[in-house]
This record gives sequence, structure tokens and C-alpha cells, in this order.
Amino acid sequence: MIRDLSTQRDETRFEEFKPPYGEHQARIEAERCLYCEDAPCIAACPTSIDVPQFIRKITTGNFWGSARTIFSANILGMSCARICPVETSCVAACVHNEQGVAPIQIGKLQRFVTDHAYGEGWRYFEAGAPSGKSVALVGGGPASLAAAHELRRRGHACTIYEKRELLGGLNTFGIAPYKMRADAAAAEAQWVLGIGGVELKIGVELGKDFGVDDLEGAHDAVFIGIGLGDDTFLSLPGADLEGVQGALSFIERLKLGRVDLEGVEHAVVLGGGNTALDAVRELAGLGVNDVRLVYRGREEVKPGYAHEWSAAKMEGVRAHWRTQPIEYLGEQRVNALKCLKTDEAKRAIEGSEHELRCDLVLLALGQQTLGALVAEAAGIEIDAGCIRIDGSGATGRPGVFAGGDCTNGGKEVVNAAFEGKRAAEAIDRYLMGEK
Amino acid sequence: MPDLRANCAGIVSPNPFWLASAPPSNSGEQVMRAFDAGWGGAVWKTLGQPIQNVSSRFGGHHYRGTRAIGFNNIELITDRSLETNFREIEEVKKRYPDHAIVVSLMVESEQEWKEIIQRSIDAGADGLELNFGCPHGMCERGMGSAVGQEPKVNERITSWAVRHSSVPVIVKLTPNVHDIRPHGRAAQRGGAHAVSLINTIKSIVSVDIDRMIPAPIVGELGTNGGYCGPAVKPIALQMVGALAGDPEFKLPISGIGGISNWRDAVEFMLLGSCCVQVCTEVMLRGYRIVEDMIEGLEVYMRDKGFQKLDDFVGGAAPAFSDWGDLDMNFESVARIDAERCIGCYDCVVACRDGGHQCIEPVAEGERRVPVVDEDECVGCNLCEIVCPVPGCITMTEIDNDWSPATWNQHVATGALLRPKKGSH
Repeated sequence: MIRDLSTQRDETRFEEFKPPYGEHQARIEAERCLYCEDAPCIAACPTSIDVPQFIRKITTGNFWGSARTIFSANILGMSCARICPVETSCVAACVHNEQGVAPIQIGKLQRFVTDHAYGEGWRYFEAGAPSGKSVALVGGGPASLAAAHELRRRGHACTIYEKRELLGGLNTFGIAPYKMRADAAAAEAQWVLGIGGVELKIGVELGKDFGVDDLEGAHDAVFIGIGLGDDTFLSLPGADLEGVQGALSFIERLKLGRVDLEGVEHAVVLGGGNTALDAVRELAGLGVNDVRLVYRGREEVKPGYAHEWSAAKMEGVRAHWRTQPIEYLGEQRVNALKCLKTDEAKRAIEGSEHELRCDLVLLALGQQTLGALVAEAAGIEIDAGCIRIDGSGATGRPGVFAGGDCTNGGKEVVNAAFEGKRAAEAIDRYLMGEK
Repeated sequence: MPDLRANCAGIVSPNPFWLASAPPSNSGEQVMRAFDAGWGGAVWKTLGQPIQNVSSRFGGHHYRGTRAIGFNNIELITDRSLETNFREIEEVKKRYPDHAIVVSLMVESEQEWKEIIQRSIDAGADGLELNFGCPHGMCERGMGSAVGQEPKVNERITSWAVRHSSVPVIVKLTPNVHDIRPHGRAAQRGGAHAVSLINTIKSIVSVDIDRMIPAPIVGELGTNGGYCGPAVKPIALQMVGALAGDPEFKLPISGIGGISNWRDAVEFMLLGSCCVQVCTEVMLRGYRIVEDMIEGLEVYMRDKGFQKLDDFVGGAAPAFSDWGDLDMNFESVARIDAERCIGCYDCVVACRDGGHQCIEPVAEGERRVPVVDEDECVGCNLCEIVCPVPGCITMTEIDNDWSPATWNQHVATGALLRPKKGSH
């Protein structure tokens, strides 16, 4: 059974970073859209939402049709509206940028109209006539949800296998709370599955409770959307001290319940990616006064988005670039991080040891890959821990498809939504005997 | 600084900007505030037998986030007593002797015209404007546009007014006719000293699609009203130009119709208006807009080297021609400035779907710059109209070695026309 979210969640302490538009604001912004032909914003969206068309429909008050345009391309359009890094995709592509005019706030417009659709209880898609075929989907995150929805439109029975008691994957337990809260992600999963005919097997885990061959015995095709695993740890001396934690597990606790920051005054987050940037902003938002980012490389080469780092700086976070941790110091609880400075090539500089005071260290160095869970199934190839797929989402094993973070190594929810839908289309062709 | 003084058939004002006969000139208190703001004249809200108005009087035609690009009203003439109006006119004229006060009138019998004209002159009116244009409410009672649409009635009533007036008489014309010229000539035959145009256009501004009632809605019903505001400017310009270009018509013209700023005013004056009247923009933004109108006109005249209004009034009239006299061999094509282009491709889709399919989207690496096939471009201007970037698309004349030839010359003498473009 899917469990209800706790009402005692620290994530509810956060204000929204981008407050939603009201109808009037949305219409004013929508009117600025130039309604480009073959628009660059569409090309910038992994799911190719027809952005000019949904925005024009806002200007005429056709909110029903506007949301239909979005959901037709991306059934997860509600969460993507909140969490997509639009500053680097559709909004960055807006032609207004070319003339030094503020680009259209596409994410906020999409949020306005998809929220409106949810509020009105609008539904757009019906299950297709039963095909007699059945598909197993492993993992209940964005990729599987998008795939299951598309498969149901084509009449195929679906079963989602999820090891947690919550659906939505990282959308539910990994999104920074000032972007989206877990209840919104859970509501979206419920809305998507509202198409009906999706069976849920909850609390079962691939590689432990069942294997790919078991699924093949019970279904006509398999989709693997298992995402990534736990936080990568750094095996340095002192790693077992209290106060040394994985960033994602910290974020999950903050999203779904309470985190204990009693006595924490100085926090350090290791890493330079977007999870690290989320973590520093979350710590600052929860009231930790001294929050520092520690990254081995220069600021310019950090993988996290520039706009996220700008926001973190505005919230008082500081960074130590070209800094490499070598030891956690402390008695029972960590009280300092021993570091070296690094050169241009991220190599340690001799004699540069120094200590950073801290009573909490969050590791945001990436997630473990889960390709090994399916590696035993003949034909499935694993590449750097990721499941290798072709351009349609098919693995090397007939009838087994995959998408999302477990194939791409960790991208945005919108990529997972696209890859899930794409795989569903390939599964449909496979099941219906088309090539 | 150039001299902005205007003279319309002997009615003199410090500048050519008058309030049109309408709600902004409803009372002495309003007109005095308008004069303080800078308006040169005012045509007082139409006097006649006082009427009663309805609740819900105006409607807006809103377009793409812009409020009221068109405006509509079902209000009638003044609902205040004649005594009050004349007392205020006298007071205003006393306090503002150099400003033009024209009194708009609308009554039925010759005796009524005679009396109300005399009272207007006694109150100090510098001129009279006969309201032969109102297309709602009053026309059903045999006045307003019911007069303006019948040249004989127009001429007769104009002649009454002229006979009983010692000040200039302006006839305000209705646009609700197929050709404005017979109506201008009728006013001229009746002895009018000037005409003003256009009055409002008979219209339904919108329909409430939930209640299924035309707007503005009075209770459960709507009725036709008079349309005005920026959207009617092109219609008014044509009528002003047509009358100014009529060789039989000799009277001065006071231009009206969607004038919102000094640029609009200059356009009306270039087509032959000696002064202009404004209502809707004042209704929407207040008297204060006149400050920009005065400054804008001054700077325009200074830049062009004009000392007085007559230096440019009618300046565009000779260039307002018949289609048959246009040079068929003139050729222009669209040229796109790749440096300015932002790659929206609005020109591409407009040309493809509404033009002649001669702009191709071409991506040069990262940049999207549309390319015009000049061999197919007919020079229609559509791309230049949709382009959101000023100066990016320029319609450029092509020297094609063809001697000028008009359609009329072609028909009459067989003058050679260049091959058609874009007729594939």
C-alpha cells in the first residue's frame, strides 16, 4: 500500500522561491510572447511542449486547451513547471533574450495553467481498448509514471513495482522544497495513475524479491526505470563520525519528516553539483548560520547550475573552491574537516593542509548506479553503471526497455518524462508487432 | 518655438487641440481644468432638450492585453438643464477669453434652433457645432445621424442655423454613410463655415458570451452604440482625406476620430484638418495628455522647419491618390537585417500562410535568420508589419529599369507593365 505523507515535514517550513502567478499576472506575461514559428523554446524542451501554443491559449482564457497542449507532450507537466531548470532550457532559448528583453517566464506560465487544470479536476486522456498485453514497470518514479500513462492510452495493462511505499521517485523525496513539496509530487502521481488500469506492487525490490526473468514470465514486456541508488560516500578517515551524512538521505528526511539540526552551527556540503547546491540552500533555509560548499575544482567548472549558485550566495552560503577534503576530525561527532587546496587540474597542492570548522558534513558527490541489478540478464549491457539503450529506449534484450536516471546517469525529471514516454511508444510497437 | 495657434473658420485657439463634444466637456468645472492643463479649445457637450441617460453607458474593445483599443457609448446629449449649461459657458468664457468655446447643439424645429443658437451666442460661444452625427438614441428621434445621413435635411437645417447665427457654424458629419463627400457638400450648400468629422460609428462593441447579450448591457438588453477610439482612426483619416481632396469642397475641417497623441494629430492635419478634437483618449487617461501633444507637435514642427500650422496642414493631401494612378512598375522587396533579427520567424510563418511563400527559415549555426527570395517577393509589407524588432525588416525599392506606368495609363494607352511576381 502507498502510505500517506506525514503532516510533520520540515519541508513545509520553506517559502516558494518562485511564487506562482495569479491569472492576471499570467495573462500579462503571456501577452508578451511573440508566438514564434518553429520556436526555439520548443526545441529546448526534452518533451517538445508546444510552448507558443499553450501560452497563446492563456491569453484567450482557454486554460483547458492550454493545459491539454502541455500534458499531451508531457504528462508530468505540473511538476516540470516547478522544477525544470528553465533558466538553461526553454527560457534561455526565448528570442527575447536576443534583443535584451526579459525572456518569457515559461515555467511560471506552465505552472499557472497546469495548477489550474489540477484545481478544476480536468482530465484529458482515457485508457485505450484492452490490447490483452501486459507490461511490468520497475520503479515508481517519473520515467515509469510517464511510460505507464502512455501504455495505458494504448490499452496495455501495466504493473508498477516500487520498493518504497511512495510513488514519484526523486520528485517526491529529492526536490528542493522551495521548488516543490512532496505532496504535490504525490498528487501528480495519483493524477497520472487516474487513467486507471495500473496495478501497484509496493515494497518489492528488483534483485532481492524478483529478477528480470520473473517479470518476463509474468508480463509481455518490461520497462526499467529504477533511477539511481544511495549517496556516494567518500571513504576518508573519520567517515563514521556522527554528523557525516549523505546529502540525498538528508534531503529525503527533510522532505518526508524531520531533520535534527540541534547544535549545528557550521555545516559543510561536499560537491559542486545541483544536489550540493540544493543542500546548501536547504541548510541555510533551515536556519544554519554558517553554510559552506567545498568543491575540488574552480567555480567555473562546477557541474551545478549558475542560477542555483547565485541564489545560494544570496541566501548567505559561502564556497571553498579548489578544496579537497582528506579527513573528518572529531571525537564522537565531527567538528572539523581537514582539507588540501588543489591546482587547476584538481590535484592536491603539497603543504596546503587546513581545517574547516563544522559540525555537520553532507556528501553530495553523486549517487550509486544500479545497473548491476540487471547485469545478469543476458543481452542487457551496462555502461559505467548505466543501462545501455538505443534511441527508442530498448535494451539489448528483446522485450526489455529502460529510461530515466538508470540509463542517463542522472538528469532532470523532464528527461525521464520524455524517455519514459518514448519507451512506451517503442514497447507498443514491440507488442503490436510493428518494427 | 513654432506658433501653434489655430484658426478654424474664424474660431481662434492657442493650439489646435480641442476637446470633442463628449463627457470630458460636460461641465464648466471640467472645461476649466482642461484649459488649465493646456487644451486650446472645447466643444461643449451637446445641448438640446435635456434627456435622461441609462446606467451602463460605455463599452471597451480590448485586444491582447491593451484596454480599449476601441470604445463605444450609448450616452445621449447633455442631461443637465440648459440654464446651468449656459451659465457655466458664460463663466468659462469670461475666465478664459483666449480659448475657443464651441457649443454643440441638437434640436428639432427651426424655432428651437433659433432660440438655442441665440442663447449660445449670448453666453459667449465662439462658434457652434451642429451634431448631425450621433448614431444612437437621438437618431431614432429624428436627430443626430438621421440628419447627417440625408444631404437635403442636412442642408436645410444647416441653413437655418447659419441664418440665425452670428458666429461660425461647424457641421459635424457622421461616418455612417457610404461616401462622405455628398454630405460635406450638403453642409457647404447650407452655408456652413466648417465641418468636423468623424462622429462615432454605429456599432456593437462586444457580446457577453455567457449571458448572450450585446454590450454595454442595460439590465437584460444591449443596444447599438457609437464606436470611437484608436481603432477608428484609419476610417476617420480616409474620410478627412476624401473630403479635403474633393475639388467641390472648400470648407475647413476639424479632424476627429481616434486621435490619441500628437502623431495622430499631425496625420489628421497633413490630410487637411486645421485643428483636431479628442475625446476617447481623454476619457481613458485624462486631460493631462495634452502636455505631450503640445510638446510633440512643437518638436515636430521645429524639426521640419514649420513656423505655423498652415505650413503643413494638408501636406499629405496631394499624395492621397486613386488606385488607378499608382505606379504599377514601382517595385519593392523586403530586406532583413541579420544583425538585428532575433530569430522569431514570425515573418516566415506570416509570409508562408498569408503572403507569397518567399521567406525561408535558414539557420546559420546557432543563429536563425530568415532569407527573402527577392525574385518572388511582391513587396506586400506583411513581414515588416509582423516583425517585432524596429528597423529589422525594411521594404526597399528596387531599380528595375521599368518606366513608371499606372493602371489608368495601361488601360488608356497600353503603357507596359512589368511581369507579375508571386503569382505562381
